[in-house]
Amino acid sequence: MGWHGKILRVDLSKGTCKAEDLNQEWARNYLGQRGLATKYLCEETDPKVDPLSPDNKLIFATGPLTGSMASTGGRYSVITKGPLTNCIACSNSGGYWGAELKFAGWDMVILEGKSKKPVYLFISDDEATLMPADDLWGKSVWETEPTIKARLQDPQIRVTSIGRAGENGVLYAGIINDLHRAAGRSGVGAVMGSKNLKAIAVRGTKGDKPHDPKAFMEATVAGKKVLAENAVTGQGLPTYGTQVLMNVINEIGAMPTRNWREVQFDGAAAISGEAMHEPRKSDGKANLVTNQACFGCTIACGRISKIDEEHFTVKTKPEYWHASGGVEYEAAWALGSDTGIDDLEALTYANYLCNEDGFDPISFGATVAAAMELYEMGAITDKDTGGIELKFGSVEALTTLTELTAKGEGFGKEIGLGSKRLCEKYGHPDLSMTVKGQEFPAYDARGIQGMGLTYATSNRGACHLRSYTVASEVMGIPEKTDPLVTDGKAGLVMAFQDATAVVDSSGLCVFVTFAWSMEDIAPQIQAACEGDWSVENLLLTGERIWNLERKYNLSAGMTAKDDTLPKRLLKEAAKTGPAKGKVNDLGKMLPEYYELRGWTTEGVPTNETLDRLAL
Amino acid sequence: MIRALQIEPVKCTGCLQCEMACSYEKEGVFNPAKSRIKVFNFHEEGRMVPYTCTQCAEAWCLHACPVDAIRLDAETGAKIVVDVLCVGCKVCTIACPFGTINYNASAGVVVKCDLCDGDPECAKACPTEAITYVDADWTGLERMRDWADKTANEQPQA
Amino acid sequence: MKHVILGAGPGGVIAAETLSKQGHGGAITLVGDEPEPPYSRMAIPYLLSDIIDESGTYLRKNPDHYEKLGIDRLQARASGIDTKKGRVALDNGKELPYDRLLIATGSSATTPPIEGLDGPGVHHCWTLEDTRHILKSIEPGSEVLLMGAGFVACIILNGLVKRGAKVTAIVRGPRMVRSMMTETAGGMIKRWCGEKGIRVLTETNATRVTHDGGLKVDLDNSETMNPALIIVAVGVKPNMDFIDGSGIETDYGILVDNHMQTNIEGIFATGDVAQGLDFSSGGRSVHAIQPTASEHGRIAALNMAGVPATYKGSLLMNVLDTVGLIATSFGQWQGAKGGDHAEAVDEDHYKYLRLEFEEDRLVGACSVGITQHVGAVRGLIQSRTRLGHWKKRLVQDPTRFMEAYLGSTQPVG
Repeated sequence: MGWHGKILRVDLSKGTCKAEDLNQEWARNYLGQRGLATKYLCEETDPKVDPLSPDNKLIFATGPLTGSMASTGGRYSVITKGPLTNCIACSNSGGYWGAELKFAGWDMVILEGKSKKPVYLFISDDEATLMPADDLWGKSVWETEPTIKARLQDPQIRVTSIGRAGENGVLYAGIINDLHRAAGRSGVGAVMGSKNLKAIAVRGTKGDKPHDPKAFMEATVAGKKVLAENAVTGQGLPTYGTQVLMNVINEIGAMPTRNWREVQFDGAAAISGEAMHEPRKSDGKANLVTNQACFGCTIACGRISKIDEEHFTVKTKPEYWHASGGVEYEAAWALGSDTGIDDLEALTYANYLCNEDGFDPISFGATVAAAMELYEMGAITDKDTGGIELKFGSVEALTTLTELTAKGEGFGKEIGLGSKRLCEKYGHPDLSMTVKGQEFPAYDARGIQGMGLTYATSNRGACHLRSYTVASEVMGIPEKTDPLVTDGKAGLVMAFQDATAVVDSSGLCVFVTFAWSMEDIAPQIQAACEGDWSVENLLLTGERIWNLERKYNLSAGMTAKDDTLPKRLLKEAAKTGPAKGKVNDLGKMLPEYYELRGWTTEGVPTNETLDRLAL
Repeated sequence: MIRALQIEPVKCTGCLQCEMACSYEKEGVFNPAKSRIKVFNFHEEGRMVPYTCTQCAEAWCLHACPVDAIRLDAETGAKIVVDVLCVGCKVCTIACPFGTINYNASAGVVVKCDLCDGDPECAKACPTEAITYVDADWTGLERMRDWADKTANEQPQA
Repeated sequence: MKHVILGAGPGGVIAAETLSKQGHGGAITLVGDEPEPPYSRMAIPYLLSDIIDESGTYLRKNPDHYEKLGIDRLQARASGIDTKKGRVALDNGKELPYDRLLIATGSSATTPPIEGLDGPGVHHCWTLEDTRHILKSIEPGSEVLLMGAGFVACIILNGLVKRGAKVTAIVRGPRMVRSMMTETAGGMIKRWCGEKGIRVLTETNATRVTHDGGLKVDLDNSETMNPALIIVAVGVKPNMDFIDGSGIETDYGILVDNHMQTNIEGIFATGDVAQGLDFSSGGRSVHAIQPTASEHGRIAALNMAGVPATYKGSLLMNVLDTVGLIATSFGQWQGAKGGDHAEAVDEDHYKYLRLEFEEDRLVGACSVGITQHVGAVRGLIQSRTRLGHWKKRLVQDPTRFMEAYLGSTQPVG
C-alpha cells in the first residue's frame, strides 16, 4: 500500500492503454487522490481548456489508504476541469470501485483525448483494454453496470459509469459506481460523456500491502475504536445517516427553503432521517431498509431504501420496487426543502433517478427550486416548461422534471444546464443560488456564518465538503463556535480546508473527521507510506494542495470577484429562527481569510506563500 | 465445546473488513479476491450476506479429496487444507455443495476457511458483530443442517 | 464376520475405513493388485507435472494408517467368485473366504483396435507403472502422440507440456471432451490448446503403428508421425471380467441397488465398476468419478456393517484443468427434456457458463474459466432447490449462481 507506483494512461483518441511509473516526487508532495491528481492535471493541461473538449483530461485517482483496512479506506476521486464551474472539479466517491482499482495494481487512471466511438475501459489486474460500448450508449447506469458484469462473466467486477445525463451533457452529471455511489458534483460525468467513455470496469486480484504492516494494523485498529466510541460516527451516522442533520439544521434556522427565500422548512420532519425509520401509513413498512457501508467503512452511514409500491411515482413501475440508495441529507434538502416538497417517497424516487442516470441531486434540486421561483414570478411560463406547473411544493413537477432531465428531453434540457445559466437566460441572475456556477448545498450561510466563507472560497464552486465548519459551528467538533458570529471563522475555514484536502488525498472519507483529529489520521498514513507523514507535514501538504487548486482556478480566469455569494445571502435577512434578521457577513471574513492564506487583497497567493509551499 | 462462526446477515453493512482481515491473515496482503469469507451484496433486497465454510459434519471436501490433503482439526472442528499435500485437482471445489472451497490458481492449491486456529480474524474485524465466533449450539447451525440434509447423498434414517 | 474388499482405490479404501470406524470387530481385508500403497489416479497428472512425487499420490499418507485401523492389505488380483461358498479366487491360486464382499475393482484404460498399438513405446496413463514409463520416455523436444482428447487426455497435457514435449492430440470425434463439455466449451478448450502450442486434430484416426527403428504412426489424414511416445487415453471400462459366471447381474457395470448391494445378498459394489442410482435420470449409471467412488464406498460399508443407509444417487460432475484452463460440468449439462437454459459466452477471455433448467430448478451446468464457488452449482442441483425469481436473474446473468444459491437457501431479504 501507500502507492503501487503505477498509473494507467489511456489515450482515447488513439485507443491506447499504457502503464507508466507514478511520479514519486509528486506523490511525496501531494499524497494521492485529490492532491496528486490535481498536480498531474496542472502539469498536463492548460487551465483555460474547454472542459468538454478532447484536450481536457479526466483522472480517476486513489489515495494511499484506498484498499486498506483503515476505516473508510475505499475512496477515489475524479479530477478534471469542470463544465459547470470552469474551475477545477474534484468529486469524491465511496462504494467499492476505488479499492478494486487499487487491488488491480493501479494508483490512478488518466484519460485523455476523445474516442471516435463509445467505449468502456476494462481493467483486469495488469491488463487494460478499451471495449466497444455502442450498445451501452443511451443506457442508464443501472442497465450498464449489470450488462458489463454479465458480458465479462464476473459478478465481482466493479463498474463506474455514466448514465444518459453524462451522455447528454447535463452540466452537473456525475459518475456512478456500485449503482448508487457517486462522484457527484461539478459535472465530471459530462466530461466523461464528452470523451465517449461510458464506463470503467475493474477486477483486481493482486491486492495491496502497507509499508509497515505491524504499525499499520495497530494504527487502524486504534482508529476504528475511536470511530466506534464516538457519538456521531458510532451512533448518529449509522442510525440516521447524514439525514441526522435534517431536524437539527432546521431548528437552528439554517435550512435553506424554497430557493433560499426562507431558512426553515415546515416539512423538514417529514423528510428527516427519523421519518425514514417510521413505518409508512400506506404499507406499514419504513422507507429505510438498512444502512450500508462503503468499502472498509466501519461507520456505515449509507441509506438503503425502498419506495412505497403504492406511491403514484412507481405504482405502475415495478422496476423501481427494489431497494437502492436512499436520500442522503443533501439530496433530501435539495429535492425537498429547496423545492418545498415534503413527500419522502417522491424524493426517494427522484433520488433513484439521479443515481440511475447519473446526475447530482444537489445541483438538480437547486436548479428546479430556482426554476420554481422564476415560474412563480412569471419569468418562466407554461410555454417554457411545456405545460409543467412549476410551483413550489409540486411533487409532480419535481418527478416529471427528474425524468425529463435524465432523458435530456423538453424543459429537462434547460434544467440540465444548472441554475446559473437558467437564471441568466430568464433575466434574473441574482436568483441563482450558486458560487462560481455551482449550486449551494444544504446549509444557510445566514444561520451558519462560516459556511458563507466556505462557499465563497471553495475551489470547486459552492460546496460543503471543502470545509465543513458546520462541524464546529453546529456540532461542536472539534470545539464549538457560535454559528452567528464571524470572528475567528476565517482561521476556522482555512484549517478545515487544509485538513480536508489531506483527507481527500488519502483515500479516507471526510466523515472520519467527526471523530478523528489529524493525530489519529497521521499514524495510519505514516504506517502505510514511505516518507514523512507527520501531522505538520500533512497539514502543509493540505495547504499546498489548496493553493495549487487556487492557482489553477486563477489561471483558468477566475478572480477575487468570484469569491462571493448571491445577493440574497448578503442582503436579504433570515426571516425566522435563531438567525432572524441576519445576513451573511462575508465582507468581514474574506479579507481576513486572504491575509491568513498569505494571498494578496486580490486573492492571489504571494510569491512568499508559493515559495513556502514549494509551489 | 466446539465453536463456530455465527453469521447474521441483518447486521452486516457490507464494509468487507472481514475479507480484508482474512486475506491479510492468510495471504499477507489486503486482497478480498483471496479471502476465504465473501460478502454477497443482494442489492435489490438491500441485504449483505457474509458467507464462508460452515465446517459441516458431512465434510464433502474432505471425503472427496483423493490425496488426504484435507484434514479435521480435532480442536476446532475445522476442515483444513494441508497445502503441501494438495495437488490442486479441484475435485473438492465441485464436491462442496456450498461453494466455499475454492481454487487459488496463483498458489496451485485450494483454499478454505480454517477458523484461524480457533481465533477467526473475520469475527475480530467485524465492526457490527454480524460475524461472531460462538458455541456451535448457538449458531443456528440447525438451519444449515437442514440444508445439508437436502443435499446429502444419503437419506437420513429414522 | 469377514469383510473382503476387492480394489484399493478410493472407494475400497473409504469402505475399509468406514467399516473399521463402525467397530464391528470382524476382519477387514483390502485386496489390491498393484504393488504400491493405495493411491489416487486423480493425482497422476500432478506427478507428471512434477508437483508431487509418487508418495504424493497415496490416498493416505501415514504408512501405519491401515494397520492402525485393523485393515489387512493383500496384493493379489481376483480371478473369480464363488457366491455359494462365499469365496473369492485369487490369481496367486489362493482363495479368500468372505461373509460380506465389496467389489471396488474400478476400471481400466482401453486400447482401440489399431494395428501395432500393442507394441513398445505405447502406454496408457492410468497407473503409477504407466507414469514411470512415460516419464522415462519424455525429454524436452520429444514428440508425443496423444490418442484421445477426453478428460484424462486433457488433464495430462500440462505435465507433458511442462516437460517440453511437443504434443499432438488426435481424436476420432468432432470435438474435445465430448463426454463432459458442450460444443462451445469443447471448442474453447481446443483453441486454448492451440494457443499453448498443442496440436489438436479432431476427426482424425491412427490407422497403423509400426516399430521398425522407432515408432511410426500413419494417420487417416495421410500424415505420418514419428513420435517418441504414444499415450493412449481413449476411455475406460469397468474391471468385472472376473465375475463372469458368478450370477452377479451386470449391465455396463455391476448393477447395485440403493444400498450398493448387488442382486446377491452380501455382495456389494462401488465406484467405477458399479452401476448405481443416477441422481439426474433416476435410472442406473456408471459414474466413474472420484466423488462417486467415495460416496459409494461409505454407503456400501455402512450397509455391510448392518447400518442401513440409502443412497440418493450420484451426480455426474467433473472438473478439468487443461493446461491452466479450468472447466467443469455437472448433472444434465446436455440439457433436460423439455427444459431450458441460460448461457454466457466470452470467447475473448475464455469464459463460458451454461446452466440447464427444468422449470425453476437447476439440473445441469457446464463452465469454462470459472473457479469461484462452483460447488454451489452442485448444491443447487442436488438439493433440487426451487429458484423462484432467481431463475429470471440467472437467465440474464448465469454467473450470479452463487447469489442465487444463497438467495434461495439462506435468509436474505
